[in-house]
Amino acid sequence: MSESMTWTQKYLFSQDHKVIGIQYMITGLIMALLGGYLAYVFRYQLAFPNEGVPGFGEVGPDEYNLAISMHGTIMVFWVAMPILLSGFGNYLVPLMIGAKDMAFPRLNMMSYWTFFLSTVVLIASFFVPEGASKSGWTFYPPLTAVPGYTGVFWGGHLWLLAVALEFASMLMSGINLLTSTITMRAKGMSYFRMPLLVWMMNIASLIFMFSVGPLIAGAFMLLGDRFFGVGFFIPSAGGDPLLYQHLFWFFGHPEVYVILLPALGIIAEIITAFARKPIFAYRTIVYAVLAAGVLSFLVWAHHQFISGIDPRLAAPFGLTTILISVPFAICMFAFIATFWKGQIRFKTPMLFAIAMIAEFLFGGITGIINGSTAADIYVHDTYFVVAHFHYTLFPVVFLGGFAGIYYWFPKMFGRFLNEAWGKVHFALTTLSFNMVFLPLFFVGLGGTHRRIFDPSYFENLTQLQPLQVIATLGLFIMLGAQVPFIINFFYSMFKGKQASANPWEANSLEWVAPSPPGHGNFLEEPVVTRWPYDYSLPQANKDWLSQTEVA
Amino acid sequence: MFDWLFYWLPENISTYGAKIDGIMKMIWVIVFSWFVVVELVLFYFIFRYRAKEGGRASFQPGHGKAVLWILIPAALVLACDLAIDVRQNPVWDEIKINMPKPEEADQEIEINAQQFAWNFVMPGRDGSLKTADDIKVMGTLTLPVGAKVIFYLTSQDVIHSFWVPVLRLKQDAVPGRRITGWFQATKEGTYIIGCAELCGSGHGVMKAKLRILSPHDYEEWLEKESPETAEETAWKVEVPHE
Repeated sequence: MSESMTWTQKYLFSQDHKVIGIQYMITGLIMALLGGYLAYVFRYQLAFPNEGVPGFGEVGPDEYNLAISMHGTIMVFWVAMPILLSGFGNYLVPLMIGAKDMAFPRLNMMSYWTFFLSTVVLIASFFVPEGASKSGWTFYPPLTAVPGYTGVFWGGHLWLLAVALEFASMLMSGINLLTSTITMRAKGMSYFRMPLLVWMMNIASLIFMFSVGPLIAGAFMLLGDRFFGVGFFIPSAGGDPLLYQHLFWFFGHPEVYVILLPALGIIAEIITAFARKPIFAYRTIVYAVLAAGVLSFLVWAHHQFISGIDPRLAAPFGLTTILISVPFAICMFAFIATFWKGQIRFKTPMLFAIAMIAEFLFGGITGIINGSTAADIYVHDTYFVVAHFHYTLFPVVFLGGFAGIYYWFPKMFGRFLNEAWGKVHFALTTLSFNMVFLPLFFVGLGGTHRRIFDPSYFENLTQLQPLQVIATLGLFIMLGAQVPFIINFFYSMFKGKQASANPWEANSLEWVAPSPPGHGNFLEEPVVTRWPYDYSLPQANKDWLSQTEVA
Repeated sequence: MFDWLFYWLPENISTYGAKIDGIMKMIWVIVFSWFVVVELVLFYFIFRYRAKEGGRASFQPGHGKAVLWILIPAALVLACDLAIDVRQNPVWDEIKINMPKPEEADQEIEINAQQFAWNFVMPGRDGSLKTADDIKVMGTLTLPVGAKVIFYLTSQDVIHSFWVPVLRLKQDAVPGRRITGWFQATKEGTYIIGCAELCGSGHGVMKAKLRILSPHDYEEWLEKESPETAEETAWKVEVPHE
């Protein structure tokens, strides 16, 4: 069947979950370049205010607001989501559960192309008069409810349209993932024999689907305000701006776990394979993450402690926010316990995975300071928050994402990424990440509030300027460090060292299929006899046992 | 070992600021201790259990009682969480919930935000608001040192956020609402007020001054500024649901 397909059917309008997963991933990586470029523009301006940015030009307040708004929007919705959830989810879940494809291949194709359309709309918004949205990635009204407040008309409309299309795509992707997992598992693949990654992808999809409704409602209400002056969020028309914040964050906070969970899944698969150990406390991790999923719906107002909500409401949300550290502490402890008495192999995917754990911890602990209602009065909307969430999101999206790419690249393309260049990429990326974001904690505690285009305008912040410069220099290194990765990625795709079906000696089902798997994935239908973490089983004669191995 | 994070923290000039600083530092000591211990364990394991020729890992799925190795630390995390919450709640309570009542305050002021400026109404010589001698100024808030001040915060257009780092005070100004808050400045000087919520093109230049004066200087200032009669208001505060 695959022989008769044209190139277009096979690689462009494909219904194969693997091709679609790779399409999502590559689109996400390209958008990451755009997001990174925008970061370069505003970080250059912050370090060297009003000198003009090489490769961009003058950065005034409007250009600055555009750059930060679109950087946030792109990195969350067009990089983190497509790479982690749709990219890895699409590619790996059918393989890992032993299915030939997703439950709805045609819907899967439609989901990618809807996402592609959303990308086109978003990029088009840069080129309309007045440019793209300048209202932050949170798009708070009334600033956004009346285009006159920012002077951005079409940019705002297109932002809403692009986000709506993106969510429609993610919904299709999510329903597909859930249905596939529920109905298409191979014989013997009970729920508690699924790799943790499959659990994480499904819980993430559930969280996304339960939380996105209110935000879509909010987006439509906002469109009503913008086009027809309905006034849902405009006080003079009887509306309330805080309503939007509730709708946004009811989605927005669970969303960070939608991004986090797939990365935790990726990390779990990688550390077990490279420590040659079973994951520690598999079921406990699953239950902890399910609990965190439920709790994630009860924390949203911690973004609004000082937004004008009833201050008495802040106390319970402060408590739930601080408590959500417990399930994720369980995950982190379980991951660390997995290293105990292991035989750790330091290949590039493992280095990224270890760095993800080590760095994410710092993002996690600093979150407690934000989560405290009293401390939040000071740190809210300062660079402390910026540093905190980059210490969570960067390890999750990029360190976790790179770990996954280096690990499954041999499966995707039948060839390895170059290991030496991988280690260079790893070292430079991780070090420069700390160089960018560690100083920003001090910048924030020093009293710098977010989204100001020229810190030198505030006399009290001039002493912090050297820190801004260090952060920007760090970003230069970080962006430069991606060049070897990009070259490595495309070179290795065609010229890299050839990989066998199971180059890492790992257990889950994707390693039973050939590298790369053909259409339909498996040469013969896999029958599952064990869980995926039988590494170093004492009675076995080798230190790994594939899930299909008969005892 | 712990104070380095707060090296650049600006001075505090409000009565409750030290409590916020104390909460931040208390949390930091707890969470950073955790961080150090966990990282040490992580890197010890990574170093200690690196692959060796002919070595074999130990099969440890963490079933049964072994799960206590992670549940006990997690229970300690829970205990720390609850301790943090119990300690920090009274501070939030003092600053944002059980505020001084108007009759307990030395002064009441109106703060009104607009794109891209802060407007202030301060009482004139009679010491009370909404009288003919109110002083209306854009860009500079002048107050006597030590006064317990209640403010009423409004916005004319979009959401802004009243942000005074030295007071450890931040409060969003939301159009359609009149939000009450308070502070008590303990040190004379001139300080920066910013807007901490993205409010449009001029967000980055929305700045005002807070002048805290000695009683003597404040009297002098009052003498000079307080208008004899009501003037046409320079700006209008619209509060639909007061």
